[in-house]
Amino acid sequence: METRTLTCIRCPRGCAVTVTLEDDGAITGVTGNSCMRGDTYARGEVTHPVRVVTTTVPVTGSATEKMISVKTAGDVPKDRVFDVVRALADVTATAPLRIGDVIVHDVAGTGVDVVATKDA
Amino acid sequence: MKERERRCDVAVIGAGVCGCAAARELARTTARVCVLEREDDVCCGTSKANSAIVHAGYDAMPGSLMARLNVEGNALMYELAKKLQFTVKNIGSLVVCTSERGMGGLRELFARGVANGVPDLRIVDRDTLRSMEPNVSPNAIGALWAPTAGIVDPFALNVALAENASTNGVEFAFNAPVTSIERDPGGGFALETPQGRVIARCVVNAAGVYADQVHNMVGGDRLEITPRRGQYMLLDTTAGNHVRHVVFALPTKMGKGVLVAPTTHGNLIVGPTAEDIPDKEGTDTTAAGLAEVAEKCGVAVAGVPLREVVTSFSGLRAHRAEHEFLIGENPSVPGFVDCSAIESPGLTASPAIGRMVADVVRGILGLEDRPAGEFVDERRGIPSMNDLSFGRWGSLCEENPLYGRVICRCCHVTEAQIVDAIHRPVGARTLDGVKRRTGACMGRCQAGFCTPKIMEILSRELPDVSMEGVTKAGPGSELIKGHVKDAIAGEARA
Amino acid sequence: MSDYDVIVIGGGPAGLAAATAARGGGRRSVLVIERDQKLGGILNQCIHNGFGLITFNEELTGPEYAARYERIARDAGVEFVLDTMVLDVSPDRVVTCVSEACGMRRISAGAVVLAMGCRERPRGALNIPGFRPAGIYTAGTAQRLVNIEGLLPGREVVILGSGDIGLIMARRMTLEGAHVACVAELMPYSGGLKRNIVQCLDDFGIPLLLSHTVTRVEGRRRVEAVWIARVDEKGRPVAGTEERYPCDTLLLSVGLLPENELSRAAGVELSRVTRGPVVNESLETSVPGIFACGNVLHVHDLVDYVSEEASAAGAAAGAWADRPVGQRGQGARPGVPVIAEGGVRYTVPQSIDPERMPGRLTVRFRVGGVFEDRRVCVYLDNERVIARRRPILVPGEMEDVTLTREALLGRPGLARVVVTLEGA
Repeated sequence: METRTLTCIRCPRGCAVTVTLEDDGAITGVTGNSCMRGDTYARGEVTHPVRVVTTTVPVTGSATEKMISVKTAGDVPKDRVFDVVRALADVTATAPLRIGDVIVHDVAGTGVDVVATKDA
Repeated sequence: MKERERRCDVAVIGAGVCGCAAARELARTTARVCVLEREDDVCCGTSKANSAIVHAGYDAMPGSLMARLNVEGNALMYELAKKLQFTVKNIGSLVVCTSERGMGGLRELFARGVANGVPDLRIVDRDTLRSMEPNVSPNAIGALWAPTAGIVDPFALNVALAENASTNGVEFAFNAPVTSIERDPGGGFALETPQGRVIARCVVNAAGVYADQVHNMVGGDRLEITPRRGQYMLLDTTAGNHVRHVVFALPTKMGKGVLVAPTTHGNLIVGPTAEDIPDKEGTDTTAAGLAEVAEKCGVAVAGVPLREVVTSFSGLRAHRAEHEFLIGENPSVPGFVDCSAIESPGLTASPAIGRMVADVVRGILGLEDRPAGEFVDERRGIPSMNDLSFGRWGSLCEENPLYGRVICRCCHVTEAQIVDAIHRPVGARTLDGVKRRTGACMGRCQAGFCTPKIMEILSRELPDVSMEGVTKAGPGSELIKGHVKDAIAGEARA
Repeated sequence: MSDYDVIVIGGGPAGLAAATAARGGGRRSVLVIERDQKLGGILNQCIHNGFGLITFNEELTGPEYAARYERIARDAGVEFVLDTMVLDVSPDRVVTCVSEACGMRRISAGAVVLAMGCRERPRGALNIPGFRPAGIYTAGTAQRLVNIEGLLPGREVVILGSGDIGLIMARRMTLEGAHVACVAELMPYSGGLKRNIVQCLDDFGIPLLLSHTVTRVEGRRRVEAVWIARVDEKGRPVAGTEERYPCDTLLLSVGLLPENELSRAAGVELSRVTRGPVVNESLETSVPGIFACGNVLHVHDLVDYVSEEASAAGAAAGAWADRPVGQRGQGARPGVPVIAEGGVRYTVPQSIDPERMPGRLTVRFRVGGVFEDRRVCVYLDNERVIARRRPILVPGEMEDVTLTREALLGRPGLARVVVTLEGA
């Protein structure tokens, strides 16, 4: 049996959440969280940690912006974060763009889209 | 843009206040004058980092060059400020005495000042002092009051001299440190710089802390200049009214002591220390030096609000053991004119130094004045928005809408002023260049908000400067390290 | 007759929320004056996520949060002028501003809401010895260069200060291919949110050096290295612990200061602790009819709280402007003082008029150190009315307590309200 204490990153409160794992990796307990988000986060973090990636890509044809801010529309595996930014390294977006417009489909084969978080 | 060789009558080495003042005075003559500057801009050495005081002239020994040129320079400074439109404020100075024992020293200073010809000096008693300067130290018992002293914007002075010199035909070469000086077969001098060779009939050595190196290139008596470091702290404009005058503590062997004074930009300056160091580029501050300033500023002034500090900096005075300016033709090297060892009160004396140097050169080369009316002795300054009325600022906006675009929000510097500063003669090419000409970046955010905007304006207005190429103060001080994605794209492709 | 019922200075999150509330459903004319070319303030460069969990119950990025509030304010009929710098606010609420489009203007207001935000403490304020080369930026300036301009300020980075922007920039620079050697923090605890330490430092193996500071900057033209030393309990560098970190960039995240130059010019009394205006329950300053909210009032940790606070300020400003001239009273009349004690550094508001307070009033505060297992207590004179247990309180996070009008009105002659920490 093993216990791991994590800081939940799902909200600014930053609860210290303790996860109890059996030797086979099965989770037998989650304590210290203040809400269900903490439970979900902790279970995910010890088995398959994920992150949302936020970055920018250059945009052409915009009167106001040189760069457009983007994010992965959902979580991607934590160990794929750098693959996502590398996949975006040569991407240039074209204005007009609205928040939520897809910039890259299925980025780096993660199954997750990259979307604009700014109008341009 | 390397030139193989340029010829001129006078090569002035150094574009500090003295070099530029001398060049401007020489521009009254028919001589072809060239200023060679090791840095990227004017005002990059001693001229940029000092107390910014217009000294009255009671410090130097009667009969010395320092004494004479200080008093002359003081009077000239106020006239020059009107002609060249830079800021001086004739606020007067107080040398504060905090012990009965010191009163003798104060009287000695008074006598010295009188001997030097400083007008209107007076010793004031405790009560008068307190009413003049409410935040003076409670230990103060009297002070020497010098109404002719003041404060000056040293960058604006230096820039104004350079601009006006350039308007009158003086040429400037930057990034041009002089690496050797040889006798030219034609009788003059051949100066080597990375920007090419300069052949000049006469050389003016106004190289600041490097003046000994330049001097020693040509022979004659050796000169040794010791960089004397002075560390300062600059406080926010909220502290700018803490004192009304330039307030000194009674001088010691090592200099005038730590002073507390308002600046022309509305800040409060405290400093300097006085440390002799071997390094001519040693403009770093030290924990000990800043602590010394913090401690000593309390000698003459009470309650200096040190938590309002916005920046600290060091300047190097070009000190020599004799503690006297070295101005004149080198007796062993005809045509080589020193304007060396210009330490305090060099800034104050600079207008007089410029005249004296020019007179020496005139004598050597037998120069004649240009025809009447050819020399433009006035310059239009860059307006300071905070000094303008609502109506005046408004009408400037009508003339040029960019006066309505505030770039530096702390000091209210507009895009129009920045564009103006870039396109003037000897214009700004760097972030520091813009700062010194307009006062941008000098406020409490210390360039945090306006840096990206000024970079953009510089790269837009200067065809040879890209956004990545914008520097703080010349080559090697690039502000950024490329574009985002550069590193990651390289990695992705690899 | 004023040009506008309410003028809001600043179009960031505070200004947008204040203006929307001040509109009162369309009853009042409201103008927002913004110095930038777009609304949203600093949120436009905060491209990371984590905003809006309280307000919108979802995790938004800064630009998305700003866009939502801009939409709400525009739909409410708020008027805007952009690219316009306010130069002065007079005590009788005449606003002087300048812009490229309109030149110099004076605009009068029934009430004014100050929402100018804050700025970062620069290097100079720290007096770090050494040279002053290129390559020293506040974290926010670096954030603007990277996220808005698309420029990389450096490749080899040291960060001094563990404020949230510094932590966020540690990750941001890393994702752009820069190497962040470490984050040094003078205090024995971080000034940022715990989640940011996890997802911005731990995720990338960036060390956080607590009780460390930069003692020297090397490099004459561009930063070449910084020296970092451990500090003792008084924050003084410990001799012999200096280590040299070669780098080309030093980012500073060493605190935020409310930007109160206009407030000062208007004669508004400022707190020495928050460095923002002293306000009453209506978030009204010492100058009648001038209100304040958001980071210009006190530095917040979460934008959601800024929006909430700004709505209250906007509504109060609107109500003030509604009253006929002559019946507006003294404005910020002296109320019951709210006293911060026992580890509580300050409270906002600093005074309460029980007659004017809403049914439930949020009093926000910060603590001056790390406190474990305490109770947040509120005393009305000598009676303890709140004792809320908190496992941990840290300076980086804003706290709050809620007072009810009923409780205060029930105590005629109430002399003081005390917010303090006590042992659990």
